[in-house]
Formats: sequence, C-alpha cells, structure tokens
Amino acid sequence: MYTDKVMDHFQNPRNVGEIENANGVGEVGNAVCGDIMKIYLQVEDNRIVDVKFKTFGCGAAIATSSMVTEMVKGKTLEEALEITNQAVAEALDGLPPQKMHCSNLAADALHKAIQDYRSKLAG
Amino acid sequence: MVQLKRIYLDHAATTPVDPEVLEAMLPYYVESFGNPSSIHSFGRETRKALDQARATVAKEIGAAEPSEIIFTGSGSESDNMAIKGVALSYREKGDHIITSAIEHHAVFDTCKFLEKQGFKVTYLPVNGEGLVNPADLKQALTDKTILVTIMHANNEVGTIQPIAEIAKILKERKILFHTDAVQTTGSIPVDVHELGVDLLSLAAHKFYGPKGVGVLYARKGIRLTPVIHGGAQERNRRAGTENIAGIVGLAKALELANQKLPETSKSLTELRDYLIDNVLQKFEYVRLNGHRTRRLPGNANFSFEFIEGESLLLNLDLKGIAASSGSACTSGSLEPSHVLLGMGICHEIAHGSLRLTLGKSTTKEEIDYVLEVLPEIVNKLRAMSPLYNNPQRKECASCTLTK
Repeated sequence: MYTDKVMDHFQNPRNVGEIENANGVGEVGNAVCGDIMKIYLQVEDNRIVDVKFKTFGCGAAIATSSMVTEMVKGKTLEEALEITNQAVAEALDGLPPQKMHCSNLAADALHKAIQDYRSKLAG
Repeated sequence: MVQLKRIYLDHAATTPVDPEVLEAMLPYYVESFGNPSSIHSFGRETRKALDQARATVAKEIGAAEPSEIIFTGSGSESDNMAIKGVALSYREKGDHIITSAIEHHAVFDTCKFLEKQGFKVTYLPVNGEGLVNPADLKQALTDKTILVTIMHANNEVGTIQPIAEIAKILKERKILFHTDAVQTTGSIPVDVHELGVDLLSLAAHKFYGPKGVGVLYARKGIRLTPVIHGGAQERNRRAGTENIAGIVGLAKALELANQKLPETSKSLTELRDYLIDNVLQKFEYVRLNGHRTRRLPGNANFSFEFIEGESLLLNLDLKGIAASSGSACTSGSLEPSHVLLGMGICHEIAHGSLRLTLGKSTTKEEIDYVLEVLPEIVNKLRAMSPLYNNPQRKECASCTLTK
C-alpha cells in the first residue's frame, strides 16, 4: 500500500521535534480523520535555515511531514511556497488516493508557517 | 540476518485453518467432487456429506433439526439474509427493526439499506463498555416491530451482550430475534436454545475453518425471502451450488472448537488478562475499550491517547506483530470506528485504538514480546505528537484514561 520511500520516512522520520525560538509556526489538521501537523521554521535572510515538525497521524501523515522538511531546508520563502501537497506525494513516489485527501497536509502546514513568519515580520 | 519474529494477534479478523479441518476438506476437491443436486452416484456422495455436515452443525449449536441450518457464503451473507429475509417476508405485519449502534457493518449497513427501502430502524445506544441495556430495548419496541438484531459479542471491543435476557423480552411480544454470532461461535458457548434466538449467523473462518462459508440458523417456521435467487438449493432459501469442501470444513471446525472450548477459553482468558493488566500498568493515558470481564476470551482493545492507530499498527508490523485498529486511516473511510464512537469515546481517542486478538496458538512469550516492544513504539509516536504534553489539549470527559 505504501511505497518504500513512504515507509523509509515513516520508519526514520527526518527533522522531528520543535525549534525553541521558531520565527514561523504553522499548524493544520483534518478535522474528520484527525491528523494534525505542526511545522516550525527558522528563517534567516528570507531563507529557511532550519525546519522541524510534530505530527499526530497515520503513516502517510508522518512520511509527508518528514519529506516536506527535507524538501524545504535551505530554500528561499518564495521557493518554499512553490511546494505543493502533490509535489510532496510525488517525492515519496506516490500515496494511496485516500491518503492524498486525509493525510497529505504537509505543504499546507509549511505555507501556514511561512505566513506566520511574514505576519510577524510585518509586525 | 536475524529472522524477524512473526506474531499473529488478529484472530478476530480470521484464523488459520486447523490441519485436521483441512484433512477433512481435501477429498471434496478432487475425489468427491459431484454436485450435490445431481442424482447420480457422484452427486449422492456429496449430498451425503452435505447432510452430515448440516446435522453436525445443527447439533453443535443446539438447533432442533438440520433443516434449520442454511449454508451461506459468509457471515455477512448470513446477516443480510436474516435481516432482509425477515424484513421482506413480514412487511405486512410491520416495518420496524431494532438493532444496536455498534453492530458489524454487515448488520449496520443492511439496516441502513432497508431504511432506504422505507423501513424504520432504531439504533439502540450502548454504554461506555459497549453494553446494550434491555430496558432501552423494551422502550423502543412498537406494534410495528418485526425484528430485533443484536450481536452476541462485538468484533472490535469484545463485549458480550445479554442475549438471553433480551430474548425473554422478545418472546413475550412474539418478535423475531436475530443475533450475529460470528465472533462468538467457537470462542464461547453458542446454543440457539439457551440464547433464545430465532436466527443466528456464524462464519467458519473465525474458528479455524475455511474462509467463504457461513451458516444462518433460522428456527423452523420462519419465512425468509431469499437474497440470492436461482436454483432450489437450501430448501429454496439460498440458490447456488453448495461449497461442499467448505461446508465439511465448517462442520469439522465447529465440532473441534466446541470440543476444546472449555480449555481454550480458560487459557485465552488468562493470557488476555495478563496482557490487559500489564498494558494498563505500563502506560499512562491508555484506556481499555469494552467491558473488563464480560468480554471475549481472546479480545484486548486499547486506546492510546496522542497516537494514531495506523502508525501504531505499522510500527508493530515492523516488529513482526500483526494487529488491527479502529482508526480512520485503516478503515478506508475518514471516520474512526463507529463502534468506539457509539460507546461515547471521543474522536481523538478513538483514532488511537489497538485491537490485539489472541488465538489458540498464542503463547505467553508472544505476549511478553508485545509488552517488550510496545513502550518503545508508543514513546516514539508520542514524542512526535503535537498533542502530547500540550497543556491546551482538550480533556475528553467521557473517556477515562489511566494517568
């Protein structure tokens, strides 16, 4: 059901945890299936220098959270905003169709964290 | 390379075929292959096996006569046949059916289907342990009630319902009573006379018989509109050439299960309690779902707060342990188990359920292995969860968790 890449990220999730003084935090959840993802960003000079996540959810939810943190590290905010849920799923060699809907919220969480950073910056 | 242990703790889903059962079945694939509806010697041979199996099943469940046994393709088919069959045959008498909120989908969805056909269905609530209150049933009865269908024991949480007590109420009112005994047959005593039911469903693969064969017991005199039309098999109640090898296997498996029932039930109950006691002791924020003692011998069902069930299952599988969960992500729908929600368990906690169902081959060493690997998995997932150690998390008033 899950690809080897999904299982790899599920078994060995990258960048798990919190950033103590994160300057951007985004949390999203699927109210029905219950998955919750929280992404912490450390942005310096418009570039994501550190990223961590915490997730309550199924295998797909954990794997997509892990993958998005890998994809986004070192990118500018503009580049990061171009990452979509679809791109995260593709980077994992695909997800079962029902998981796209309920468990692939990773890019949404990332975008929300960027918004949070920008709104803080704007004061 | 170290060989990974493989531990099967999903016996409520299915059981392996007992070698003795398989041995009884084998001649009916290549040697005695005749169609039991044929009048030649090949057909007569399998007809004999069919009659014998029917008599065995009747005896094993306390039916008055073999003609009360209808062989079907599964427990789900038996449930469908009982509910739709009665509903369609007795429609002139009434259009009201009563069931519970925590039935298996084979019953639940059949009732939903009948609602669309104009029947009225009452879904009785259950308490936090999954028990139906007979007083609620009494209150729900109307002059139009034609059928009550309440499961003998729940497939997810293992709670055993007060079937005999309910049967007494219904007998006085002359209302037909069906019970889905798919999870109980072979695990606890199932006797249609003692239970007082008019219809009962069971399936072979839950008690070390083959998959794809079930039974509907229907007390003599009950009218049943067929669900499958075609031939005149099963006294015109279920068309289709009988699955002879499967039926022979079902009868043999039931005989064996009942013979060994007292000893397997005792040892499974001991192992189950050992597992439950240890899990409740080892973890905080864990809940036992279902009744503490009034439950199936091999059933243990827990909810681990802050964790999602599928992640728990995948991690256990990576350690070689096969289990199941009522989590939304394993059900194919987005909603977690309707059984857990029906018991008043909130969404967050229902998502983190884990069902471990033990079987006759389960050993204490296997349970110890589960108890050894589970803390590492639970701790890893909780450390990853944004809900754990979150002071703002919502407390679920209806769910009591050990802390």
